[in-house]
Amino acid sequence: MIPKAFKRSLWVFHINSGSCNGCDIEIIAALTPRYDAERFGIKLVGSPRHADVIAFTGPVTNDMKDKVIRIIEQTPDPKVIVVIGSCGIGGGVFHESYHLAGPIDKLYPNAKYFYVPGCPPRPEAIIQAFAKAWEWLEEVEKK
Amino acid sequence: MRHDYEIAVGPIHPALKEPIMLRLTIEGEEIVDVDVIASQNHRGIEWIGMNRNNAIQSLYLAERICGICNFCHPSNLVMAIEEIADIEVPDRAQYIRVIQGELERIHSHLLWAGVAAHEIGFDSLLHYTWMVREKVMDVLEAVNGNRVTKAIIMYGGVRRDIDEEKAKLIRKMCSYYREAFNKLAKLFLEDDTIKKRTREIGILKYEDAMKLAAAGPTARASGVKKDVRQDFPYFAYPDFDVHAITPDKLLGYTVGDVYDRIVVRLLEVKQSLEIIEEALDNMPPGDIIAEKKLVKLMAKIKASEGEAVARYEAPRGEDIHYVMLKQGYEPLYSWKVRAPTYINILSWRPMLLGYQIADIPIIAASIDPCLSCTNRFAVVKDGEEKIINADYFHRLSIEKTRRLKK
Repeated sequence: MIPKAFKRSLWVFHINSGSCNGCDIEIIAALTPRYDAERFGIKLVGSPRHADVIAFTGPVTNDMKDKVIRIIEQTPDPKVIVVIGSCGIGGGVFHESYHLAGPIDKLYPNAKYFYVPGCPPRPEAIIQAFAKAWEWLEEVEKK
Repeated sequence: MRHDYEIAVGPIHPALKEPIMLRLTIEGEEIVDVDVIASQNHRGIEWIGMNRNNAIQSLYLAERICGICNFCHPSNLVMAIEEIADIEVPDRAQYIRVIQGELERIHSHLLWAGVAAHEIGFDSLLHYTWMVREKVMDVLEAVNGNRVTKAIIMYGGVRRDIDEEKAKLIRKMCSYYREAFNKLAKLFLEDDTIKKRTREIGILKYEDAMKLAAAGPTARASGVKKDVRQDFPYFAYPDFDVHAITPDKLLGYTVGDVYDRIVVRLLEVKQSLEIIEEALDNMPPGDIIAEKKLVKLMAKIKASEGEAVARYEAPRGEDIHYVMLKQGYEPLYSWKVRAPTYINILSWRPMLLGYQIADIPIIAASIDPCLSCTNRFAVVKDGEEKIINADYFHRLSIEKTRRLKK
């Protein structure tokens, strides 16, 4: 599952674009001792400039649209976004609302997307998505 | 010449679960003015409930107002509609609802305790608290089938029963937490570092709490004895002896600072355990739902007309829903949600005034705002904009802890 050589640890920046916190608490749960993603070197960082991958939650409200894009643009290339939760993927229960600008893959198509469906998904699923993103990044590096 | 400058906190910031913006005016290290700018998390939930969804679908939408307190919002909606449509709820269902509500309170308060530890740079305590919290998540999963959103409540009852097997699991959890509680209480209440970072910090006076109509643990930590479970009991709460918990119960006096808010939340975890055990012991037999057939239930709600207000003591404070139904109109005719954080945010101003920048994370987190993610601040000084991320902020906070330890 994990690439052979750990060239570097996977650093994650977390963006909430108006989600209900359900996915956000599961992301923290994935980092804390029971699931302990930090044993793979996956950790949350405080600045988008340090991040390899973005953990993205929420359906992108109109207010957050510009801010979210500004933050994604600050992350280094290649841009990898793991969309966590059904509402980030297609609006989920909030679809058809008058105040949604998302989903994010329509707003910002120039990135590699990984999706974790669920409302909210389990921490195991979140870790698996990051492992997939990691594998993809290793592939890109080889090329 | 002006000596003060402004710090904009948010809308994306670690101590704020919902994206929200704080504009702080700083003079040196001291906070002299606070302004709150909300609305970034507006998803139009009430509009969806009033236009697209029928009443049963809105139940699951209400669950997603907040993923942490995902039992209190649907509970409120259910209580309001049960009052309008005159649906009689079986006793057993009311007891199960009480248990669910208290399980949620335990998970929410432990979650908060972890975040609070993180905000003062005590990360090992964050990890310990969240490890302890996994126990209640396991029980929630065993009882409801999902860790976070439970989809357990339904108009006229609940969707899943708590049988002997599940009751055993819950009892086991209670005894586990009784042991863990002593350790947690020792860590949170006797640790010197935590005491230094939270005592006399972010004080909300009794008068201010009354004036700003603060709710829940935030108000109770300032000595306001209010709790919806005590004042206007709902579900099966009239059968229980619930009293509002104020810090003087443990300490003998009330200061109204961050430390007191920790005390109140920890004592509430203990109170929740007592309520759960009492509910399990006294659970009456019988049905768990008044009307099993959803089509019939839907028809009944569609045929009723009227308005109602429901109140619920959520982990963060009093949650209020106003619902209006109109005959023959499938969605809710009117729906207004007032979540507890909405009023508690106002108390940030008196809490933050006069304290240091390094205290912002713990004070902001102390009201348990529905917190979330990304960490960025823009410091505007003399017209030049400089972005400071939350790492810097967090570092300031850790440095202050170190200074105090010396």
